[in-house]
Amino acid sequence: MSSIVDLKQLKVNFQIRQGFIKEVIKREKKIVKAVDNIDLSIKKGEILSLVGESGSGKTTTGRAILQLVEKTDGEILFDGKEINNKSNGYMKNFRKRAQMIFQDPYQSLNPKFMVIDIVAEPLQLMKIKVSEEEKIDKVVKALEFAGLRPGKDYLYRYPHELSGGQRQRVSIATCFIVSPDFIVADEPVSMLDASVRADIIKLFVEMKQKKNISFLFITHDLSLSWLISDRIAIMYLGKIVELGKADLIAGACRHPYSQALTSVLAVVGDRRKRKRIVLEGEIPSPINTPSGCRFHTRCPLVKEKCKIEEPKLREIEEEHYVACHYPEIIK
Amino acid sequence: MKNENILEVSNLKTYFKIKEGIVKAVDGVSFSLKKGESLGLVGESGCGKTTTALSIIKLLADNGYIEDGKILFKEKDITKMTESEMLPIRWKDISIIFQGSMNALNPVMRVSDQIVEAIQLHENISDKEARERVTKLLELVNLDTGLIDSYPHEFSGGMRQRAMITMALACNPGLIIGDEPTTALDLMVQAQIIDLINDLRKKLDTSMIIITHDLSIITEICDRIAVMYAGKIAEIGTVQDVIFNYKHPYTEKLIKAFPNIYREREMVESIPGFPPNLLDPQKGCLFADRCHKKIGEICEKVDPNLIKVGGKNHMVACHLWEGKDE
Repeated sequence: MSSIVDLKQLKVNFQIRQGFIKEVIKREKKIVKAVDNIDLSIKKGEILSLVGESGSGKTTTGRAILQLVEKTDGEILFDGKEINNKSNGYMKNFRKRAQMIFQDPYQSLNPKFMVIDIVAEPLQLMKIKVSEEEKIDKVVKALEFAGLRPGKDYLYRYPHELSGGQRQRVSIATCFIVSPDFIVADEPVSMLDASVRADIIKLFVEMKQKKNISFLFITHDLSLSWLISDRIAIMYLGKIVELGKADLIAGACRHPYSQALTSVLAVVGDRRKRKRIVLEGEIPSPINTPSGCRFHTRCPLVKEKCKIEEPKLREIEEEHYVACHYPEIIK
Repeated sequence: MKNENILEVSNLKTYFKIKEGIVKAVDGVSFSLKKGESLGLVGESGCGKTTTALSIIKLLADNGYIEDGKILFKEKDITKMTESEMLPIRWKDISIIFQGSMNALNPVMRVSDQIVEAIQLHENISDKEARERVTKLLELVNLDTGLIDSYPHEFSGGMRQRAMITMALACNPGLIIGDEPTTALDLMVQAQIIDLINDLRKKLDTSMIIITHDLSIITEICDRIAVMYAGKIAEIGTVQDVIFNYKHPYTEKLIKAFPNIYREREMVESIPGFPPNLLDPQKGCLFADRCHKKIGEICEKVDPNLIKVGGKNHMVACHLWEGKDE
């Protein structure tokens, strides 16, 4: 299977603004390494989940792929070719093929637009010429695909007339109307109730299966990522610490951080089977990342080598990569 | 003393007046809470769980009012109290951990001053004594006491939540209400706060009401669970009863909406349809038109009462179980 997106040594830094005098006189620059040397490929027709706590760089990775933030270094290949964000023609086509679904459907839809205008806006922006009837037809089809049936009933409503789940479906219709190949979904269901969530994620799986759309699914909800993805990448402080099949979450993980994360995950309907490993403290500041392995300050298995040498992401089993010197199972 | 109820809510009805009419946000909710016990109120947005809590601490919005029912706290009826009678009770006896700790703390006041203020409003003690107590409380919630004079923006989300908990504990209340206390937090921080709450419950023997939409945390910190739907309690019982031996079709659907990583990977279920409009709710069981176990006309015509099933205090409001008391 060939890949739709390849990240090679991707780096995204943000410079922190400081007082003018500090910047001029001291010449010190504070830099946040939001994403630091990531290698990742997303295969065609695959759902890859990017999980991690806030500040781990998962959203920045998604945004960098879609050229919503500028990368600092490295390469981002889309369909085998490097994204050329200088060429208008290329970008227009790229925007058509790569779409994004945002977290908060209460804020991502224009409150003054009717559903038909929201969903048809990409057509207009991409200068896809359609007649009025064709436009309505396309919008209705997209809405119905997104589960708003009959689509006609929703055309002339405003976002405030819709529930959270319905709004998120409108966002999905909006990105679906241009038939993209790749979608970055940034916490698309975290604002929704559990009973509504199920339908939306089913829709993602359906889009993948029927239309062969690839997804980068960004989430902090481990059990959800386990449920829908083919592969999962776990991030910590701008690095991928573990990458593998979805059963990572169900107990196959080897990095101490992933083990701790999955151990505190509560499950509804079953008693806890694993001992909880509750890490102390919080993610260190991404401005002064710890030396060596970034996780060494909180790792229960830390050894001398971890403080000095940074571990590389290496394959320990087929399709299972871990960035740890001593990927042992915590007892 | 141990088994005496600290809080008894009976037939609580809290309504909101809006332009279009009256919204029955909470409509006939009854439950009780023993000393040292922790009750989880779960349900989806709009089911009335927060409104129930705000009724108990009497912090309803201006257009909200308690239409009927009793809230007995230490045998005194809160619903009948005036604001001036409520003032000494609020925070001294009943405190609340608000949902967004980011917004609940005053951004231009030092954390220490905010907590001292809360203490001195209720107790006549000197600044020094109050500060000493704050230091002790911060130790209790594992916050670095050196940070006592920081401002909220200098804290991370987890630290702010700890500061909120400190504030809720400040006057050693008999009842703490936690409104989504872990919702906006990262998984690991959430685990830390859950441990902290459990630890505090053991040490202080405080009663708690935890409001959340996340069933998974409820099983970790609560003794009993009440599942709410459309302003009413659908099912109430111990964690064992409600999670592992559920009776109400809504509870069943809600549990199945959460993925279970210990089992086979199968798609979670959703609940078709929408919650009823509480401005003009239909007759009969409010869950009837979304229910997969509807037994007939009775569901659409008759409002089900909470009845006992199986376990000691396991109650469910569903016609399916009428006359089947084991």
